[in-house]
Amino acid sequence: MTEPSAPHTRGVSRRGLLGAAGALSVGAGAGGFALARAAADDGAGTAGKGTTYPFHGTHQAGILTPAQDRLHFAAFDVTTDSRAALVALLQEWSAAAASMTAGQPVGSGEPPAPYDGPPADTGEALGLPASGLTLTFGFGPTLFEKDGRDRFGIRARRPEPLRVLPHFPADNLDPARSNGDLCVQACADDPQVAVHAIRNLARIGFGTAAMRWSQLGFGRTSSTSTAQTTPRNLFGFKDGTANLTSQDASDVDDFVWVDRGDDGAADWLTGGSYLVARRIRMHLETWDRTSLREQEALVGRDRTEGAPLSGGTEFTEPDLDLEGNDGPLVPLDAHVRLAHPSVNGGTRMLRRGYSFTDGVDDLGRLDAGLFFLAFVRDPDRHYIPMQTRLSQQDGLMEYLQHTGSGLFAVPPGTDSVNRGGWVGESLFS
Amino acid sequence: MRLQLVAAACAVALSSTACGLTESNGPSVATDGTVTVTSTDDACELSTDQVGSGNVVFEVTNAGNQVTEFYVYGDDGLRIVGEVENVGPGLTRDLVLRAAPGSYVASCRPGMSGEGIRHGFTVTDSGDDAAIQGVTQAAIDTATDQYADYVRDQASQLVDRTAEFLAAYRSGDDDEARRLFPLARVHWERIETVAESFGDLDPLTDLREADLEPGHKWTGWHRLEKDLWPPAKGYTPLTDAERATYADDLAGNIAILDSRVEDLEFTVDQIGNGSKGLLDEVATGKITGEEDIWSHTDLYDFQANVDGARVAFEGLEPLLEVKDPELAKTIAARFTALQSLLDEHRVGEDGFVSYDTVTTAQRKGLSDAVNALSEPLSRMTGAITL
Repeated sequence: MTEPSAPHTRGVSRRGLLGAAGALSVGAGAGGFALARAAADDGAGTAGKGTTYPFHGTHQAGILTPAQDRLHFAAFDVTTDSRAALVALLQEWSAAAASMTAGQPVGSGEPPAPYDGPPADTGEALGLPASGLTLTFGFGPTLFEKDGRDRFGIRARRPEPLRVLPHFPADNLDPARSNGDLCVQACADDPQVAVHAIRNLARIGFGTAAMRWSQLGFGRTSSTSTAQTTPRNLFGFKDGTANLTSQDASDVDDFVWVDRGDDGAADWLTGGSYLVARRIRMHLETWDRTSLREQEALVGRDRTEGAPLSGGTEFTEPDLDLEGNDGPLVPLDAHVRLAHPSVNGGTRMLRRGYSFTDGVDDLGRLDAGLFFLAFVRDPDRHYIPMQTRLSQQDGLMEYLQHTGSGLFAVPPGTDSVNRGGWVGESLFS
Repeated sequence: MRLQLVAAACAVALSSTACGLTESNGPSVATDGTVTVTSTDDACELSTDQVGSGNVVFEVTNAGNQVTEFYVYGDDGLRIVGEVENVGPGLTRDLVLRAAPGSYVASCRPGMSGEGIRHGFTVTDSGDDAAIQGVTQAAIDTATDQYADYVRDQASQLVDRTAEFLAAYRSGDDDEARRLFPLARVHWERIETVAESFGDLDPLTDLREADLEPGHKWTGWHRLEKDLWPPAKGYTPLTDAERATYADDLAGNIAILDSRVEDLEFTVDQIGNGSKGLLDEVATGKITGEEDIWSHTDLYDFQANVDGARVAFEGLEPLLEVKDPELAKTIAARFTALQSLLDEHRVGEDGFVSYDTVTTAQRKGLSDAVNALSEPLSRMTGAITL
């Protein structure tokens, strides 16, 4: 049985205090502060199945929240021209999200549906704990303008950087796995809880928004808290050692949250962020035939410890200049070098990716890889330049192919004081 | 689980309208009152004998050893306001009512017989009952009679159109038979959920080749369809004699259907669920192009399913208008939206393009529109019977 999350005032929840023993404190930039109860640490660094994260808050949950182990991501096309219907959907979604993230079914607080009608909640998460579920909502560029049309009277409020991402070298994007008017990132420590959340939101959306594509993910490939161990991606290497974590408060402000004044037309996005989604297919069969020497050279780290090839341990800063017999120890085309802040104007990135396996392709190869998710303050400065460089120069690209893509503006959190707040309120009111 | 606990706790202290689910994260709280009912073999305990008007939830738990029922009657103890039947021992089932202020009689009937164990029950005026109206029996009768007429009419047209189609088919006029095939099937598809309710007729008449079980003989519409739109290779056309046999068989089964619907009567929930069921047929069979895999005339069937669903809805619309006008409006608007999408694929007055020319993106558009309609439609029956 789950308890209701305590009244949400400035984020210090009753259960957060009660569970202070194992609590992971998440410092949020603009003074917001959230505590999560760690009921039972599962050892992998996720917070345990009893954990709940409040839906309402200064920022949306699911960004700085310690990365959960499972993902269900969905992109939607809005199928109506009615602004009122879109607003009603965002309100309904927010109410449902608040229920589900608290471990309660959709429609809790309302009378049960009549026996002769279908239940409000689809039911597969009944009796399951909240499992640290977070639901994070974003708006794609086509919500603001599509085919030259100002669909919902918000064209003038489109943030300048919110555009369909450019074509990067070697991209092989499937339109059926790319873009969308709306997106929802559902993360949880139980896949059934994440799938339940997206299924119910999609059901609420029928008639207003239709699912365009979705992606299941497992095995978080990044840590967003120093309390978490660094996980491995399907290449077998630790991924996200240098990831921006919630403990780097000033870097979080610099590289994650949109600040007032960033974009005159889009002050509604203050306290929000941009979500970059990339479905990156990994050619695992050929990777697995590659010598360990080459694998490590391509990554720029050793496989066992995750230490940079320039020496030290996992968290030792790589020395990009240290020379060996035949050039730098961290090769010029190594992933670690090209993604390093010193090569990218000091940029750090908060990544939240997941591994995926979607069966096999027609040739019998695993259709598997990394579903890359990152939250950035300005994609024009903090994502596109780096990805352009990686796509051109990264030696790993021989084993990678980007097959899906999306850029979404992530509005700030819902009103944390008055719990009637809904996602997107600052944009539509 | 939490909801029940809070609801139960507040039912005890219930004195006015809003049961205080203030801790809920949900939208505006609509629970006006919850009454827990414990039915045992010799007792019927209600957590309160007074509740505010509006939505009232009776959580009926069978704590006895016999199957029980729970009824709420009007103050005359005769008029049934609401009921839950067939509650097995140990089970809990909700009865949701929209109750106007007044006196009522609540009754548990362990063993499902007799007068039951009765208690007086009062619904006080919470100020929340302005919209509560009943539906008259006359309105219900009108709706159910109209629908029964519609089914009979379609069955009768099905007999005639099928006869025309089969005449062309028997005589070897294949072009004419191909023209008439989808037009005859329209009348089947409009009442498909009724036809399917006859479990013996449906497989003889409308089975697709892919659904065949080993050892079963394939007959009916789709057997003739394959003969009229044969695959390029590996198909042996039916002889004239075989054609006659299959045609007689189909005509015979259609005649049986026609006679069976003659005395058929319908209830509101059968009509409502039938309407939703027709759209489920669209969603699983027609959208995918699996129904008419040889002729690709799926859009005729699609339209006919939608026609039937719409007639069922429009018959119930006056009842729904009383109970939930907003839902009625939404359903009507979404029927219109779906129809305008379908109309994009029309050819001539009563025809449609071949479904194999409909692109994946167009099919997704149709599928989205079907989902958009089916979701609110699935709530219609519950809303009316509430």
